[in-house]
Amino acid sequence: MMAVTMVKPPTPSATSEHQSARTAVGPVKIDVQSLNFYYGAKRALEDISLHIYPNIVTAFIGPSGCGKSTFIRTLNRMNDVIPGTRVEGKVLIEDADIYASGLDVVKLRRRVGMVFQKSNPFPKSIFENVAYGLRINRMAKSRSELAGRVEESLKQAALWTEVKDRLQESALALSGGQQQRLCIARALAIEPDILLMDEPASALDPIATQRIEELVYNLKRLYTVIIVTHNMQQAARVSDYTAFFWLGKLVEYDRTDKIFTAPSEKLTEDYITGRFG
Amino acid sequence: MTRDTMRRGISAVFVAACGAAVLVALVPLAFILVFLIKQGVQALNMDLFTHMPKPAGEPGGGMRNAFVGTLILTGLASLFAVPIGVLSGVYMSEYRGTRLAVAVRFAADTLNGVPSIVIGIFAYGIAVLPFRHFSALAGGIALGIMMIPIVARTTEELLLLVPETMREGALALGATRARAVFSVIVPAALPGIVTGVVLALARIAGETAPLLFTSFNNQFFSTNLRQPIASTTVQIFNYATSAFDDWHRQAWAAALVLVMFVFVCSLAARFVTARVQRLRG
Repeated sequence: MMAVTMVKPPTPSATSEHQSARTAVGPVKIDVQSLNFYYGAKRALEDISLHIYPNIVTAFIGPSGCGKSTFIRTLNRMNDVIPGTRVEGKVLIEDADIYASGLDVVKLRRRVGMVFQKSNPFPKSIFENVAYGLRINRMAKSRSELAGRVEESLKQAALWTEVKDRLQESALALSGGQQQRLCIARALAIEPDILLMDEPASALDPIATQRIEELVYNLKRLYTVIIVTHNMQQAARVSDYTAFFWLGKLVEYDRTDKIFTAPSEKLTEDYITGRFG
Repeated sequence: MTRDTMRRGISAVFVAACGAAVLVALVPLAFILVFLIKQGVQALNMDLFTHMPKPAGEPGGGMRNAFVGTLILTGLASLFAVPIGVLSGVYMSEYRGTRLAVAVRFAADTLNGVPSIVIGIFAYGIAVLPFRHFSALAGGIALGIMMIPIVARTTEELLLLVPETMREGALALGATRARAVFSVIVPAALPGIVTGVVLALARIAGETAPLLFTSFNNQFFSTNLRQPIASTTVQIFNYATSAFDDWHRQAWAAALVLVMFVFVCSLAARFVTARVQRLRG
């Protein structure tokens, strides 16, 4: 469960945009220290260090192949499944190193949920897709509790009204945007602390994309959200903090409004103004 | 103009050659089917399924024992070939690229190519000789050995078709590797795996050679797994080589039944595959 007592970052005034300036944010949620990542001999991430703050949306932007997807996948150790990869450095989530030996990866992934670029619902019913994580983690004691949690997750993912009358139908019959929201519901069902989203809208049409963005914006009340996107407008719309990656390096990391209005680095400016990438 | 005409001409010749080759390949099948139906239908009646064989030379009777025997033998075969085959298929797809997986795949392909009579002799060596008599169990083992590589390879190939994103989705929800495999990946491939099993069944149901040394034959009705048992194929062989016209007719009818069984299995497999492909969209 979320630590509700956690110091919340000061919320922007009701009238201003969410990117409005903030001076302080809460305690550090994820502390990445000198992270290097290798695919075989090739170094894909070079000396990344940054702090990610709770209950805000952090966006990772950069051109294709810049390492942003690789980086987000190091945060729930999803790269472990790729043979020949190696990690150096530390990733601390609430002060605990997730690469420490003896760490239970299964427990880590329960806390750090993930939504993928290509929606990947299981070839099961809509209900079973959301219930999957609850079942394997034994999170519901009775059928009614299970049904309740499934409903709650689908509501959080803004999908409930569209599917409530056909929960037993195959998830594969849903539209692309609905499938992606189903995957979000599935990730939320196990009550993660942090939600990683790897280009969740890149395969969707503008209307479906807008729904996902609204959802992301609302989810930060309850979760720490990290979103990878190649769409800069999307980063500007949904995120509070933005990290710009280029060739495996973290070029600049700051408040989103700062990155998009007054970047410190020339490279960042060139990228966001469309001079390359 | 001449070059273009040439090209068209050559193309037409090749298309015609392909068509002709298909025809030549289909002709024997058509002949077999037509001949089989013509001969088989005469003796095809309920007696064939419900009556026991009459003593040699006496007309009438049926092959109830043989049909039941074939059901028992194929059932026994799947009982041990399906779990072994599916699990080795899972191994080959999960640990693809490892030395053992490559070796298992090679072994499966080799086993698939071993003549069935050799498999019969092998089963004779391990399941008949030690007990000093033929048995249904030995026949089931022989057919099962033939079935394992087919089931293993189909399972492997179908599991490899399941997108990697399914596995990642399950792992990201806190599933262990085994959990991801058996709760998401295998179920996703299940219709295809079932198809593979059905086709393997159709294949072994028509085998005679592995049974000659193992389940042998039995003129009487038997469900005892430790006794010799009749089978449709061995019965067809015996009847076809006998001197009695009535037995010849029954052999034709039984052969027709076998072919229809294979036909129905293939149709069912096609139907399931088509449904799966629709689901994958």
